[in-house]
Amino acid sequence: MTLSTFLPTGIQLSYLVAASLFIIGLKQLGSPATARRGNQLAAVGMFLAVVATLLEQQVLNYPMILGGIVVGGVIGAIAAYRVAMTAMPQMVGIFNGLGGAASALVAIAEFWRLLSTGDPLSLTSLVTIILGILIGGVTLTGSLIAFGKLQGVLPGAPFLFPLQQPLNALLVIGFLVGSVFFCLEPSNFPIFIGLIVASLILGVAVVIPIGGGDMPVVISLLNSYSGLAAAAAGFVVNNNMLIIAGALVGASGIILTNIMCKAMNRSIFNVLFAGFGSETSTGAASAAGSNAQQTVKSIDSEEGAMMLGYARSVVIVPGYGMAVAQAQHTVKELVDQLESMGVDVKYAIHPVAGRMPGHMNVLLAEANVPYPQLCDMDDINPQFEQTDVALIIGANDVVNPAARHDKSSPIYGMPILEVDKAKHAIVIKRGMGTGFSGVQNELFFQDKTLMLFGSAKDVVGQLASEVKQL
Amino acid sequence: MTTATLITCLFVFVLASFVGFEVINKVPPTLHTPLMSGANAISGIAVLGAILVSGSLGWSVSIILGLIAVVLATINVIGGFLVTDRMLVMFKK
Repeated sequence: MTLSTFLPTGIQLSYLVAASLFIIGLKQLGSPATARRGNQLAAVGMFLAVVATLLEQQVLNYPMILGGIVVGGVIGAIAAYRVAMTAMPQMVGIFNGLGGAASALVAIAEFWRLLSTGDPLSLTSLVTIILGILIGGVTLTGSLIAFGKLQGVLPGAPFLFPLQQPLNALLVIGFLVGSVFFCLEPSNFPIFIGLIVASLILGVAVVIPIGGGDMPVVISLLNSYSGLAAAAAGFVVNNNMLIIAGALVGASGIILTNIMCKAMNRSIFNVLFAGFGSETSTGAASAAGSNAQQTVKSIDSEEGAMMLGYARSVVIVPGYGMAVAQAQHTVKELVDQLESMGVDVKYAIHPVAGRMPGHMNVLLAEANVPYPQLCDMDDINPQFEQTDVALIIGANDVVNPAARHDKSSPIYGMPILEVDKAKHAIVIKRGMGTGFSGVQNELFFQDKTLMLFGSAKDVVGQLASEVKQL
Repeated sequence: MTTATLITCLFVFVLASFVGFEVINKVPPTLHTPLMSGANAISGIAVLGAILVSGSLGWSVSIILGLIAVVLATINVIGGFLVTDRMLVMFKK
């Protein structure tokens, strides 16, 4: 067997090993004890796949390709080490976009190469190229818009305008018609460019009407798209490795998207098209009206510290407000103080708290909170009745009891953390503003609820020092 | 691409998707972010396609586009795996 016959077989076998490493790696990412090794296995798989591809006979342009890998590697490494944990949602967002862009570019480049050979292009090739450009393009601009919203460059509120959905439908129809013409006449340059531009606009159109609080869904969905884009590129260049890896990522993104939608009791259709959180619905308005006469009870940090310090059990409920104020380290200090006084402290994490799946878990892990102390919604809810104080730090909609009983509320039916069942609830909040849903939170007006106004970081810091003096 | 190869590719795609659903189901919420960013790094597999389309010698539009794709996908791969590792180091009992 000569080298030239062995090489293609060897490359395919390497791909098989790499694909297996991806599957084992993803499996191990599903358990805290093995997650780190799982990520490393997947990285080894990627390395193997890249080396195997470099050995392909058609690959000769080594200086340029290796140069590109070095440039990309250095940028990626710097970004990975520099990014603050609070900026993780943006980081994942922008990485999704890069993957989508790369996949679209592969489809465009392969089309160009096929066209320049002068051979007629088959319909199947053209269809896969169109799909590659569409998914990749949507992933790119959708991710850039998500990045802009998360970074605060763009307003986080849903961006709606008249006739938005008819216009989007028109765009989709235009893309389909353009695709048909493209298949009939592949060398028609303006149509090809038109398809690229339409995919890019479509990505913007899909994400701008979605508000900040729905970002966990959007980020997981774009994660899924980036995988599907890679799979589409795999169809274009006829490479199983791309198809397998892309399909795995696509599946994982869809699973996360589903979990996020369930945690909000909304369908993916509702998240994408309803423009949720842009206006207060009638139900919210009437709820706010009936609450207008009610008063809230406000306390200062000294009283708050007394309640926390002399409690037997405390449950901390963090939300996006904790992330914005970067208060996770201060929270950990407070909890250390309380634990040294013998208070039993747990954290209750709502699945959609924050701006991406698992956002709170990452921030608290950064502050050295051991993960067994973080409780999921289903585990912690039965425990609130035996809890002396629930301390809510920058969370709002996920603790609104209206979700249980007020059928007119836009968040009705959403599973919540039942902090109103605790003996007392202390809410740390900057003011009386509403949460993402635009609904006033009836928890704030209950007898057992005490408001502690101020920025999460300042207030928690004061609580920690007051508790120390008890 | 012939219809026969397209069908083979579709088989691979659909079966791999089922594997993905089976393998990743029931991930604890603690690991949602690392799973997402690890999967994100894997989606940088597009780098293989980028290497293949930019592989020939000389200069052409496809090679330039391919090389840009190599850079973008490598940022995705290296950045994704490293940041996931950085996160996972922080998770402790």
